[in-house]
Amino acid sequence: MNTLSEEILGAPAGSYVDRPVDRAYVHDGTGVLARAAWEEIGTGRFTDPDRKYLIFDHIVPANTSVTADLQHELRAFARRTGMQFHDVGSGVCHQVMAEGRALPGEVIVGADSHTCTLGAFGAFATGVGATDMAGIWATGETWFLVPETTGVLFEGELSGGAEAKDVALAVVGALGMDGATYRALEFAGEGAASLSIADRLTLCNMAVETGAKTGMFRSDAVTRAYLASFGLDTPLQPGGTQRYSAEISIDLSAQEPLLALPPRVDTVCPVAEKEGLSVDQVFLGTCTGGRYQDLERFAAIVRGKTVAVRTVVVPASRAVLLRAAATGVLSDLVEAGCAVATPGCGPCLGAHMGVIGEGEVCLSTANRNFRNRMGVGGEIYLASPSTAAATALAGAICSPEGCQ
Amino acid sequence: MRGEGHAVCLGTDIDTDLIIAGRYLRTKDRSVWAGHVFEDLDPGLAPRLRGAVIMAGKNFGCGSSREQAVVALKEAGVVAVAAPSFARIFYRNAVNIGLPVLVCEAGCKEDEMVRFDLEEGWIKAGGERRPVAPLSARMRAILAAGGLVAYLSGGRE
Repeated sequence: MNTLSEEILGAPAGSYVDRPVDRAYVHDGTGVLARAAWEEIGTGRFTDPDRKYLIFDHIVPANTSVTADLQHELRAFARRTGMQFHDVGSGVCHQVMAEGRALPGEVIVGADSHTCTLGAFGAFATGVGATDMAGIWATGETWFLVPETTGVLFEGELSGGAEAKDVALAVVGALGMDGATYRALEFAGEGAASLSIADRLTLCNMAVETGAKTGMFRSDAVTRAYLASFGLDTPLQPGGTQRYSAEISIDLSAQEPLLALPPRVDTVCPVAEKEGLSVDQVFLGTCTGGRYQDLERFAAIVRGKTVAVRTVVVPASRAVLLRAAATGVLSDLVEAGCAVATPGCGPCLGAHMGVIGEGEVCLSTANRNFRNRMGVGGEIYLASPSTAAATALAGAICSPEGCQ
Repeated sequence: MRGEGHAVCLGTDIDTDLIIAGRYLRTKDRSVWAGHVFEDLDPGLAPRLRGAVIMAGKNFGCGSSREQAVVALKEAGVVAVAAPSFARIFYRNAVNIGLPVLVCEAGCKEDEMVRFDLEEGWIKAGGERRPVAPLSARMRAILAAGGLVAYLSGGRE
């Protein structure tokens, strides 16, 4: 039985293939360079604009006149090419794509490393740089090395205070920051069926933190039900018995809340080991932890209480924000003292809106805690939305299972 | 593709935030990236990169897809980067921008002259010649053209 990467790319692991790209997207950061490279290629050809997306998410709304000018140029470029444009406030590119713009079996390329998020739908989704994207705009295709696959086999179901983010940290901790370089992760095993699309998006999102080209779930009844809500019909991808060239197993029922310690994503320990460590900011958001399910979990813990430390909440998309408004989750967050900001990447990449100061500590639901990423001289701990909520209430690192 | 340069030794898992921090990305002026390259790792490093072969540890370039990381190195005068392994997006970006990347297990002595030949597949460092893993035919062609833009604008679609 072939791996999902082999099925979609149509060749065995280790082969180089040229493949048409079904969908491709850039954001306000990588779009600037991609546009410049595309102009330089000089053919004037822009293929399938209705399957090419420009999604503003990295610095939204613009924070300086330089950023504003770059975004202004990109808007004009989108109009000229006819590509699908999502302006300020739409949300993080991966989340916007996850809302009915990614299907099982597709080849999806984004000019952002976390494009692997869309493997949650059984797509072959991977990140590239801006010049690669310019080539894809111009030719409609690109080359791939069909990856070897590491199987991540789940048993049992999540329970207690543990969430998909904790599992993602467990996977990164087990494989290490380069444990799957040039490989794909295929999330499978009988426990996989119990994971929601939101869970799968979070798990696939962090595949790149192991060096993987993509992380994938085969599409099943859960995928079908989710995509049906967008009016889409979903091809199923039955797995059968897989043979992976490497495997790890994770018992979801035994999962505990975890932290990644600064400045490495793969330095992972139980939240309980760091309880009481004082934090200056909690950040709930990003393409890892800013989905409705994440906001809802956070709200369930802080509802009717007041956060003890400054807490920045950035919904991952407009759809997430609207749903949180409709269900009252948004009111719960604001009443608890959270600062809620425009959907997008927010402070994750250290560009604006919640950057931390020298010596400050942030507990974040994001996917990276590299040195100086969210502000020079600050430290970032990565955790789940529930751990973030418990920590926000305590003003210090706190497990959702313990100290509420 | 042959080349040589003085060795600049770096550690393992050098991420793209360390190569060029997110706070410097919003510009089209490439010299800005060159000026701030590795600033958070070692502020004294940028001026030593002209004519350098970076000899890094495993997993060089992990993290973001930001192509500015490669552009910053190239603009700063880096001749090539050698490491036992690269993060795949960085590796692909380097070829697309025309910066040679050498997958090899070579030691590093600061400032010694390092020579390499990507076609023949070797690097000479510490008086010893070691094998370099071959690039795919497509990557070799892109690199030989000087990068993907030149490769595609040369008439091939």
